[in-house]
Formats: sequence, C-alpha cells, structure tokens
Amino acid sequence: MKEELFVSGRNIPNIDPYLNIWHWQIPVYLFLGGLAAGILFFAALFTIMGKEKEMPAAVRTAPIIAPIALILGLFALFLDLKHKLFFWQLYTTIRIESPMSWGAWVLMAITPLSMLWVASYVKELVPGWNWKYRLLENFETFIIKYRLWMAWMIIVLSVILGIYTGILLSAFNARPLWNTSILGPLFLVSGMSTGAATILLMSKSKEERRTMSWIDLLLIVVEIFFITHLIMGMKAGSQVQIDAVSLFLGGQFTVSFWVFVILLGLVFPAILEIVERLGYHIPVVIPVVLILLGGLMFRFIMVEAGQITRYLY
Amino acid sequence: MHQISDVCQTMNESHNELFQMKTRRDFIKISALGLGAAALTAGASKMGMGFPLLGSENEPGSEENTLRRVPTYCEVCFWKCAGWAHVTEDGNIIKITGNDDDPQCNGRLCPRGTGGVGMFNDPDRLKTPLIRVVKDGEQTYREASWEEALSLIASKMSDLRSKYGPESMALFMHGAPGTHFSHLLKAYGTLNLAAPSFAQCRGPRDVGFEATFGESVSSPEVTDIRDTRCLVLIGSHIGENMHNGQVQEMSQAIDNGAVIITVDPRLSTAASKSKYWLPIKPSTDIALLLSWIHVLIYDDLYNKEYVSTYAEGFDELKAYVKKFTPEWAYGITTLKPDLIRNTAREMANAAPSVIIHPGRHAAWYGDDVQRSRAMAILNALLGSWGNRGGFFFKEGIKLPEFPHPEYPKPAWTWKDLLNGKYPMANEAPTNLVIESSIPTGDQEAKIKGWIVAGTNLISAIPLKEELSKAMQSLELLVVVDTMPMEITGYADVVLPECTYLERYDDIRATSHREPTLCLRMPAVEAKNQTKPAWWIAKQLGERLGLGAYFNYTDFSEVLDWQLKQVGSSLDEMKRIGVKKLSRESSPYLEPGTSHTFKTASGKIQLYSHELAEAGFDPLPAFTKHPEPEEGFYRLIYGRAPMHTFSRTANNPNLVALMPENSVWINPQVAKIWGIKKDQYVWLKNQDGAVSNFAVKVRITERIRWDSVYIVHGFGHHHKPLHFAYGRGVNDTELITNVMMDPIMGGTGMRGNFITFLTEDPGKEVEA
Amino acid sequence: MRYAMAIDTKKCVGCSDCVIACQTENNVPLGFCRDWVTETVDGTYPNVSIELRSERCNHCDNSPCVRCCPTGASHIEDGGIVLVTQNKCIGCGACIQACPYEARYSHPDGYVDKCTFCIHRVRKGDKPACVAVCPTRCMYFGDLEDPNSEITNVLKNRKFKALAPEAGTNPQIYYLI
Ligand code: SF4
Ligand code: SF4
Ligand code: SF4
Repeated sequence: MKEELFVSGRNIPNIDPYLNIWHWQIPVYLFLGGLAAGILFFAALFTIMGKEKEMPAAVRTAPIIAPIALILGLFALFLDLKHKLFFWQLYTTIRIESPMSWGAWVLMAITPLSMLWVASYVKELVPGWNWKYRLLENFETFIIKYRLWMAWMIIVLSVILGIYTGILLSAFNARPLWNTSILGPLFLVSGMSTGAATILLMSKSKEERRTMSWIDLLLIVVEIFFITHLIMGMKAGSQVQIDAVSLFLGGQFTVSFWVFVILLGLVFPAILEIVERLGYHIPVVIPVVLILLGGLMFRFIMVEAGQITRYLY
Repeated sequence: MHQISDVCQTMNESHNELFQMKTRRDFIKISALGLGAAALTAGASKMGMGFPLLGSENEPGSEENTLRRVPTYCEVCFWKCAGWAHVTEDGNIIKITGNDDDPQCNGRLCPRGTGGVGMFNDPDRLKTPLIRVVKDGEQTYREASWEEALSLIASKMSDLRSKYGPESMALFMHGAPGTHFSHLLKAYGTLNLAAPSFAQCRGPRDVGFEATFGESVSSPEVTDIRDTRCLVLIGSHIGENMHNGQVQEMSQAIDNGAVIITVDPRLSTAASKSKYWLPIKPSTDIALLLSWIHVLIYDDLYNKEYVSTYAEGFDELKAYVKKFTPEWAYGITTLKPDLIRNTAREMANAAPSVIIHPGRHAAWYGDDVQRSRAMAILNALLGSWGNRGGFFFKEGIKLPEFPHPEYPKPAWTWKDLLNGKYPMANEAPTNLVIESSIPTGDQEAKIKGWIVAGTNLISAIPLKEELSKAMQSLELLVVVDTMPMEITGYADVVLPECTYLERYDDIRATSHREPTLCLRMPAVEAKNQTKPAWWIAKQLGERLGLGAYFNYTDFSEVLDWQLKQVGSSLDEMKRIGVKKLSRESSPYLEPGTSHTFKTASGKIQLYSHELAEAGFDPLPAFTKHPEPEEGFYRLIYGRAPMHTFSRTANNPNLVALMPENSVWINPQVAKIWGIKKDQYVWLKNQDGAVSNFAVKVRITERIRWDSVYIVHGFGHHHKPLHFAYGRGVNDTELITNVMMDPIMGGTGMRGNFITFLTEDPGKEVEA
Repeated sequence: MRYAMAIDTKKCVGCSDCVIACQTENNVPLGFCRDWVTETVDGTYPNVSIELRSERCNHCDNSPCVRCCPTGASHIEDGGIVLVTQNKCIGCGACIQACPYEARYSHPDGYVDKCTFCIHRVRKGDKPACVAVCPTRCMYFGDLEDPNSEITNVLKNRKFKALAPEAGTNPQIYYLI
C-alpha cells in the first residue's frame, strides 16, 4: 500500500487538501466574458455582412447585454482579487506571457467599444432619445459613420476575448485538466453558443430566429465535437491527464458533467431546437435558458475540477 | 514559627475553608475564572509576533539588525541545548536559535526548541496565583496575590512540619524548577523528592548499566554515535525523539556509512534509515539479546582481550547462554535465525566501534533492568564501553554550591518506605511516593503534602486510581507550572511560573565529551504575574524561617558567585552564553593500561553478584509476557519530533505542526475492522478503560498487525488548554496494567492491549 | 549565479524543524507555511520503505508562476530566486494555479507569499533559516555555477532527483536519494 502524507501538518486554507483558490467569481467572469464575446461577434458579423436589417436583435438589441456582462464580469474578477487595493497594478504593465494580463487589456479595449456600439444605436432602441450636448451628438454621428470600422475591431477583439476565456485556463501547465490547446476554441464556441442563444431569446423576427437557431445548432454540434476531442486527447495523454479526465469518467464530477453540461446544456436544447424547426411549438425560453445554464455550469465544473488536478511526485 | 502563626491570623476566611476541604478535591478548570483565551483559528493568525512582515521591496528581516540576542538554554526537553533568544526593541521574542559553541546542539535547536517562542506567547499561560475556595457550595479557584498564596502555603507547610514532621512533604519535579524546590525541601527537612523520569522512564536502563559497568549512560548519553561504525537501536527512536545531539550524530554516522540495525515492531524513522530492520514481536527483546550474546560467544566473535582484561563472570555467562541459539529465539521473536546471525556479525565487525543503544524510556514489561543488563553485557562483549565509536567517558565540571547552612537530616526518607521492595532504586520511584500518600486501613498516610513542579502527573503517571486517591487524601497540594495542565485542577494553590525565557536558572554544567557551562537568563520581563522558580522557592523558604538557605536577593548573585569560583563570571557568560572547558582525562580506555570500573570489584559485571545477593537473576532471563487476545492489539506509544509530551501540547507553533496524534494500524487490521483512513475511533483496553476522545486512524504498512502505535502526550481533557483540548488520545488513560520492576520500581507500561470502538461510547470527560 | 538546494532524503528525519524555523524567521502566520515535509511510504510490511522530503518553492528556472503574473509582482531576482513583491501583487491567484508544487499560498493580508530562499539572510552570507537549523544537516544550499560550492560537489557525488520534472519547470530543489 502506498501512503502519502504531510508530516508537518500542512493544511493551508484553499490550498490543502485540494487547490480551491478560485471560487465562483472566475467561472462567472469567464461565462460573462464568453457571452459578451458571442453577442458582439454576431453583431459585428452581421454588420460586416450587411445584414443589419434582417438581424435586428443580433445587431441592435442584444448588444445592450454586452457592456453589462463585461462590467459585471470585470466586477466578478475584482471580487476574486485578494489584494484589491492594488488592482490598478494590472494596468501599469502589459505582460504578453500572462493571459490574466492581456485578458485585462482586451477587456479594457472591448468594453468601451461595446458601449460605443450600443450608443450608436441608442436612438433606434430608445425612441426620442436626445444626447443633449452638441458634442455628443457630433460624436454619435461620427461613430455611426464608422460603424463598419468598429465592427471589424469588435469582431477581432471578440474572437480574442472568446478564446482568451479558455486560454486563461489552458495556459496553466500545472493543472492537467486545463492543459490542452482545445480549451481556447472550445470556450470560444461555447461563448458564441450562449451569445447566439441570447440573441435568439431577444429576437422578435421569425426569420432572424430561424437563422440564429441554425447557427446555434451548428455551434452545439461543434462544441460537442470539441468536447469529445478534449476527452479523447486527455485519455491518450500522460498519466496526469488520464487521471484528470477520469474526474468526468467515473470520478467525482461525472454526474454533474454528463447530466448538466452535456445532456441538459447541449443535447437536450439541441433536440428541442430541432423539434421546433420541425414545426412543433416549443417556448424559445426553454432551450435558451438550458444553453445559458449549461454554459455557466460548464465553466464552474472546469474551474473547480481543474484545480483539483495536479502533478504527482 | 511564631511569625508564621501571625501570618495565619491575618489570613481571611477562604483559607480556613481550604483547610476544611480535606475530604475531596474536585477537579477545577482554570477557565472557570474566565481566563480563557482565543480559540485556535482566531488565535492563530493573531499570533504574529508583531513585526511587519516584508518591507516594500521584499526585504524581510530588515528588523534583524535591531534584534538583541540573549543567552539561554532550552527547557523544552532535558537535553538543554544552548541558544539565543532574539528580542525586538519592544520586548518581543521573535525567534530562538542555537548557540554555535554548544556541543550539545552545535548551533541547531530541534523543532521544539525553535518553537519555544510558542511557550512564551501561549495565550493560555497561567497568569496569577490561584487559591481553591468554596463558593456557593462549589469548589473553584480565585485569583490571589503572591503574598497571600505564599503565606498560605508556608503556613500550611509549617503546620505539616509540626504535626507530622517535615518528611511528610514530598516533591514531584521535572526540569529546571526541580532544583530550586529540591533545595527548598531539603532545607525544610525532607528527601522525598521524586521525578517521573526515573520510575516511568530511564530508571531501569540506568540501574541495569550501573549493575554492569558501575555507571549509567547518563543524560545526555555518552554514546559516541558520531564515530560509530555500527549503531544498534533497540527501543530507541532517534529522529522521533529529538535528543538533539544524538539526532545530529546519527546523521553524521549515516554520512560515514555506519551500519544501523533497528529492532522495533514498527518501521520507525530510524528503522527506515537502517540496513537491518528487525520487526520483532513486542515483548520478546530479551530473547533476541540473549541469542545475540550466544552468537557472539559461540561463533567466537566477541572481543576476547577486552573481556579478559575488564570483565568478570564470562564463564557463567557462556554456560548460561548455551541454549539461546538463534533458532530458539526465532520461535519467540519471529526473527529469522540468519538475520540474527548476520546482525551479530555486523556488530562484531564494527567492534569496538559499535553501540548497542539502551534507549531512554525503558519502563516496558517489568523486567526492564534485566533487558538493560542484557544490552550492557552485549556492549561489554563487543568492548564498546570506553572505546571510540562506542561509549566514551564523560567529563564535566562541578560548580561549588552557593554557601548555605547544612541541610537538616530527615528522620526518615522514601528509602524507609520501601519495606524491602525495589532494593536497587537509587532515586525515589514516583509510584512509591504516591502510594505512601494514601492512608491504608486505620494507618495514616506517611506523606501529607505535595509540591508538583513542572510535571503534569496526570499524563506522566499510569495508575490513575492510586494517583487520584492520593490527591484526595493530601492536606496540601501545590502545583507550580507555566500552563494550566490537568494537574493544576487538583491543586489547593496554583503558582504561575514564568517560562525559561523569562528567568534565571542554575548554570547548566554538562558532563559529556567536554565539560561545558551554559547560562540561562531572562530575555524579557516575565509576563503577567508569573515568577521564576528560584524566587518562589526563596519566598517560601523565608516564610518558613529558612532564609539562611536563600542568602541572596537575586539569583544572578548565586550564578555570579559560582561562575567566579571556576574562573568565569556572569558578565562573561552573558556575552558568550556557552563556555567550553578542556578535558583532563582521556575519553577512551588507554590501550595497555588498566581501568577501574565503578563496580564493587572494579570490573565489568557480566555476572552480577549484586543482583544475586538481592535475590534476582544474576544473568538476564527471558520471561514470556502476556499477548493480546483476539481482537486486541498491543498498545505501543512513542514520540513525535515536534512535541515533548504534554509540555508542548498547547504550544501554538508546535500545534500547527502536529495538532493531534493518530493511531497507526496495519492495513490488514483496518480491513478486518472496516476502518477507513482518517476515520476517528475510540480505543478501549483490556480492562475496559476507554479513551476520553476519538483518535484519527492512520493505516500504514509501518506497523505489525499485532500492535498499534500512538504518540504520547495528546488527548488533553483540560479545557483551558485551548490548543490541546480534545485533540487525539492520551495513552496513559489506556495503561491500567502496570508491571512493576521488582529491582528498582519501574512501571512497565507495555502490557496493555486495546481494541477499537467505532461508535461514540459517550464517555463523560471530566473537563 | 544560480542558487539551489539539495536535500538528502537519506538523512532527513522529518522533524519539521525547517518548517518552524521558517515560520519564526519569516513571521509566517500560523496555519500557513512556506515549506513543509512529506512522507511517502512504499511497500508491504515488513518490506517497507519511506521517503521524507522537506519541500518548498523550487525556484524553477522556467517558472510558470512568474510568466503568468499579470503585474510583474512575481519576478526573478539575481541568482534565480523567485520572489513576490507584495505591493504589486493583486492577489489574483494565477501564480498559485500555475505552480505544479502548490508552493504558494494566499497570505491573510491578501498578497501571495512563498519561500524566498531567505534572500535577506543569503545576501548577508548566511544560509536560509531552514538550512541553518536542520539538525541532521541534510540540506545543502549554494551556487550551482560555482564549481567549488558544497552543493555542486554533493550533486556531483550523489544520485539525485527533482520533483515532477515532466511539468517542465526545471525545478532547482534537488533530492539526494
Ligand atoms: S533537543 Fe530540542 S527541545 Fe530538547 S533542549 Fe534541545 S532544542 Fe530544546
Ligand atoms: S529540519 Fe532537516 S531533518 Fe528535520 S524535517 Fe527539515 S529537512 Fe528533515
Ligand atoms: S515552485 Fe512554484 S512558485 Fe516556485 S518557482 Fe516553481 S512554479 Fe514558481
């Protein structure tokens, strides 16, 4: 029998026996970041494609959520910091190798952009809106004029943001469950899927809903493919990765992962959407809420489970 | 005496109440006074020593330069390593480090010594004198002034002196305070001074070696581990006991490639570093020793020259061990004959640089003097006593006693209580003093009053019932301690001693490889109202009319006077802390010269006439001891390097390293019982004694399946010990079968068997 | 200069003196620690072996904790000592996640804390507190780039291993086996 123990009674809060230094704040931050990235991506995409008219919710209504999600996300991140008074130190330097650093900077860039985007549509969204100051009115004209430019910037930044939510985790070599390059694309797709679902919910146009629904279905399929890839890759990996993924394959996260993330978060809403496409009436809110909850749950599980996994020596 | 009665008259009523409380002493928790401290978690982070951690640019310890270094020697165990207390400008002790010049520690304290700061900072420390009173029909303590407490004790002691004679007072002691109270009681007129370290611990070992070589291995032991080529540990757990010098030297021996042979039912730390681990069946050690002796003699491996020059009784020994072949021992010890032969050969190859280490805590089965004899004989056959890499001859320096009138001669001493028992006890066995404090039939008890200084008898002494009967019968029970240990709950008066970091004590004058002197002085002022033992003894002495024995105002005068007699001074010692002197005699036997051992005949006693005359086996005999019944396991207890028994159990710094003990169980046993790792279980012994608390299970291959192991010193049930309360189990609760050593009164404690209770037995704990 | 430590598992007795010496030297709050001791038991009774290891930050040559720090609070000092500057640390916990050895912890005051190799002592020419206190003298500390240092010699003459080398951090605490 092999036995391993601390002789010196080590029992550090949040570190022993399992690392648990990141709590709810980080998954919430990742979820909101992914959601905002998804929404902004579609807004920008349809603008670039010149489909503003056909996709009013994606381009105009849903982006209101983006700055709110980003600010709430940043606030969650702030809550996670243990030395809060030194928060500003984040913005005194750019550290290319630190995902945490460039995530902070990307957010710094995309949050005001998303606000500008919303501002440029505010008159269409809120009838009778008046900027009151001439300067602001001029500025509005300016941003409306350069909307397409904004769209290009946003589409690039939103993809970076979406990937970043995964890379923040996958950069940690020390946590075998996170240490896979698939996590960036996976989180990007998952974020887009939550974004698409949100647009779906807010859309009033039948056409738009149909398009978004197909897109969402496609994203779900890609996501399932990526997750399969993740699991297979881990299983074929080193011992620590095999141990890591076994948390989902019989380990302590098996039920929550398969039931809440895969079945209720992906497969079931996908089926509902297909059924709806086949002409049955399903209240749209059901698949949407399931997708959103599934996405949130996925991040909670990944953060929680990943922290437990470690190198053995 | 007249002065005393004057004092008596001035005492208030509560004192009279105290004297009426003869019949029963209720156990009182000190916390009844609301002197409690913060709980562990809350206390822990506040325990920071209060100097801001790092500076802005990671310059930790920039305060370092302003620290003051004060010499001291450690009091966390008897090894007494010399060190420095590092004190901040605002009077905080932030760390303690070793003194490089001290050969006992070579500048390195052990974890307990390093953690000594915790003793000073412990929020649970006793703070003021306490006196037992009855309040609303309930016994409790009330805080008292020193004046009141001391007068009360003095008046009671002089009462006892006139009623029963001064011999009716006894002292139980451990460590530095012991010497101050010994002086007081000797001046007072009694020699009933007992230390648990004799009968409960090293007594059997010392008596066995004295019977063989004429002297014991002493403390610190005269083992030359540093230079040994073969170290045999049998009942010694170097590395788990942190007897500093020995641990350091064992490490040197490992570096030098010495062969280590460890005999232990458990893979001790030392066993894990050994070339040979002999997982012996417990209680059969003498069989192994006899068969080793057999192999050495009959395979012609012993040191003939040494034996013929220095020893006598070889022929008797040879004839006696003829039948103790390894094959014979195999059936008893479960150790393969080859293993026994090979290890004997390893010893012979290394001889005389070989040490059969007799351990320290030797009170196991009641035949412990004989086991110690067998080890001594083995050493003699190998010629290790007096040879490099074996045992060296110690040399020390004796400090002259500070002048005082001669001690009165007591009318009787503990020796007169023996009634022919324990003829070779050369120190008072604690249990004898305890028994003599209990009235029998219509016979009054001989001992009526105790001072207990620096020892928590409750966890040091098995024989719970006798102890509690004795304590109920006493007319006076004074406890001097730094901490509210369990024993304080039984006292009439509790006196708070300051820690070793806050006081002067005797100079440590060590006899070892080289003579050393070593100073302990206060690093900071004593906290609260605590006082040093010398001051307490002196104050009592003066109140007892013994002022002439304490002819100084401060103990530093005594030290200075003593030091000046040997060519040093207090000033010098304050500067250097440790003074090494050079030795005059050779540490080893000089080849070709004769040597007179301190035995009656001047020769090593392979065959002991002394024992024969006293009616005991002149050559060690193996006796079979009881074995556990089905479902029971032999209780083995031992040590952890981070604690010194109950003394450190509440030290917050050391509790952080090891908060509780666990019970070691072999995986096979765990399987039978369906016990899981880290599960908590209660222990019950063969007599139905149940542990006060539950203990965590450690399932490990490191132990035999017929035994379980726990570290001694845990399971405190005194709530005022906030960090120690309820953590782990106290093995002494489970030691109800005590096998007395008829030779010197040792209390053999390894004949107890336990079983597991997985359900809470709902035992009521007196707390 | 490249500071490193070699620890002899054959001599360590697991007494944890290194842990408490660090605690008092660096005022590490009780309940936390910058170094710790592990025991690994292998085998079946009576063929059992144990390994005792005093562990701490490995002051990795390729230190992920430094790379992932968004503010530069975690940085590398001369001699390869990995440090955290307290008033630059925002307490985001990234470095704690990044360390494969769980060598960092979140100090109750908010910043992340870890072993400093007692840089304040080393700069004065002393050994780290743990090395200086160890009763078994099983720890060797020094400059690997100095061919005459004790640590270079001991690594030359003994078998050794590092912990989780496959994590790719190039750890600088060596265990003599
Ligand atoms: S061995 Fe440890 S506890 Fe004992 S005196 Fe030395 S430092 Fe103190
Ligand atoms: S102080 Fe030395 S012997 Fe003790 S645990 Fe630490 S490294 Fe091991
Ligand atoms: S051991 Fe951990 S904290 Fe230390 S340098 Fe390596 S990765 Fe960083």
